[in-house]
Amino acid sequence: MKEPLFGKTLPELKEIVAGNGLPAYTASQVADWLYKKNVSSIAEMTNLSLKAREHLSSKYETGTTGPVKVQVSTDGTKKYLFPAGGSQFVETAMIPENDRITVCVSSQVGCKMGCLFCMTGKQGFQGQLTAGEIVNQVRSIEEAGSVTNIVYMGMGEPFDNLDEVLKSLEILTSEWGYAMSPRRITVSTIGIIPGMSTFLEKSEAHLAVSLHTPFDDERRKLMPVQVAYPISEVIQEIRKWDLGKQRRVSFEYIMFKGLNDTNRHVTEIARLLNGLSCRINLIRFHPIPGTPLQGSDDETLFDFKDKLNAKGILTTIRASRGQDIYAACGLLSTREMVKNVRY
Amino acid sequence: MNRNIRPSENSPVRVKITSNQEISPGVHLISYRRNADFIPGQVVRISMNEEDPPRIYSVCSGNHEPEIRILFNIKDGGLLTPRLSGVVPGDTIWDSRPYGGFTDQGGPAWWIATGTGIAPFFSMFSSGISDGKRLIHGVRHLNQFYFEDELEWAMGKNYIRCCSAEHSCDTFPGRVTDFLLQESEFPPGIKYYLCGKALMVVEVRDLLIAKGVPFENILAEIYF
Repeated sequence: MKEPLFGKTLPELKEIVAGNGLPAYTASQVADWLYKKNVSSIAEMTNLSLKAREHLSSKYETGTTGPVKVQVSTDGTKKYLFPAGGSQFVETAMIPENDRITVCVSSQVGCKMGCLFCMTGKQGFQGQLTAGEIVNQVRSIEEAGSVTNIVYMGMGEPFDNLDEVLKSLEILTSEWGYAMSPRRITVSTIGIIPGMSTFLEKSEAHLAVSLHTPFDDERRKLMPVQVAYPISEVIQEIRKWDLGKQRRVSFEYIMFKGLNDTNRHVTEIARLLNGLSCRINLIRFHPIPGTPLQGSDDETLFDFKDKLNAKGILTTIRASRGQDIYAACGLLSTREMVKNVRY
Repeated sequence: MNRNIRPSENSPVRVKITSNQEISPGVHLISYRRNADFIPGQVVRISMNEEDPPRIYSVCSGNHEPEIRILFNIKDGGLLTPRLSGVVPGDTIWDSRPYGGFTDQGGPAWWIATGTGIAPFFSMFSSGISDGKRLIHGVRHLNQFYFEDELEWAMGKNYIRCCSAEHSCDTFPGRVTDFLLQESEFPPGIKYYLCGKALMVVEVRDLLIAKGVPFENILAEIYF
């Protein structure tokens, strides 16, 4: 099996060309073909010598792959199914809105986090995506040329696959790569503190944190990660960083009826986030099979938003998109394709 | 990016290994001197070097014992466990103060674990917490019922062993979920503690909820 070049950083490509006895400038040429000219084969890299192309082709392939399935929502959202790691699959959502095209990428096959409200968690964890497999979700969709924003909010916990996620961010934001502004990329985490700290140090992209309730005992029942990384410690860690004015920290908050949508929660959120420059995205709950949870009604949702805004926390309500094709928040899953999984 | 460094209350400290036993093929129990109190069920962050990213492990020992014990299996290609499995008494590793909320809340409870997920429950058991508890432990092979002699002696019929790949007259033949599926009664008012890999935890949690257990009574710890 040949090693994919797509997903390699420029320093990695330099190592490869050096190791194969090719001129050093070949690395920049290969990066240009991979990330700016979007070629699908080494043979198309026509400014490389024929000998160099033949030599590289004997050991490497570009490694890009198109989606095997596309579903289209009535609201224009699309859900793409990509192969990953040979026999597995991940889902990617493309969300058009006015002049923006946002791609929601997956970082893992399945997820280890086991949140009570999330469909992905129900399939357990099957594997990590490589940087190439992450970036390929942006590169190989029909809208590839017009993507304006990327959010790491698909399947998996990005900071549980930190090295590959950081590599993918480097490819997306470097001049030799896709040269996207990191301000157009948001990485969402459940709150894996060591990974989050490294991300804050090494990347300029925005950070989103899944909050969902400010109370420790409630969050433990919704999100097992609270046992290992309490939200108070997550926020304490974020406070250590001087993020400047350009970089945004947001908190995601799915609204559950009678569970996390009361005045008590508003007060505690305001206390928890006091003095932190951030915003809150309220999200409607999209029910999953067998869930004991219910979503808050719209009246409660808007009232909650108004109360948080009155407390000085910029709060918005995220539009639900792609619900009819199970592309909305918390609904991505390739569970039915997971076979022979045993613990 | 600027970081306003402040000393952490939970900065890692260097500790000296006092023992390392391979209690089952590929499964180790290491010990080191305890330097802080803890509540049974809590976790520590372990690393070989101060600058390494730490991994989280449940404390496996009782809270009155002078040492902390950690149960782990060697992960192929892992950053920590292959090296941790090779430590000898006198070597040092780094750990954090114990922390976390996967702790006993009193009253009767079911403890449901797979593999090394038994560690927090053995810590509770070793700390004198076992009245009204029912422990259901699932493994693949019979030699993976860690601490079974002590548990069987003390918990009797409240200690249930499920083995999916080998059979024995003392064990339920199948996975933990198979055992739970053939159970008829799930007391709704008690607590259910789950510890193990993600898929086990979500499957058992779904099963319990389908059987009428309120999700508020289910507390899970997943191996991240």
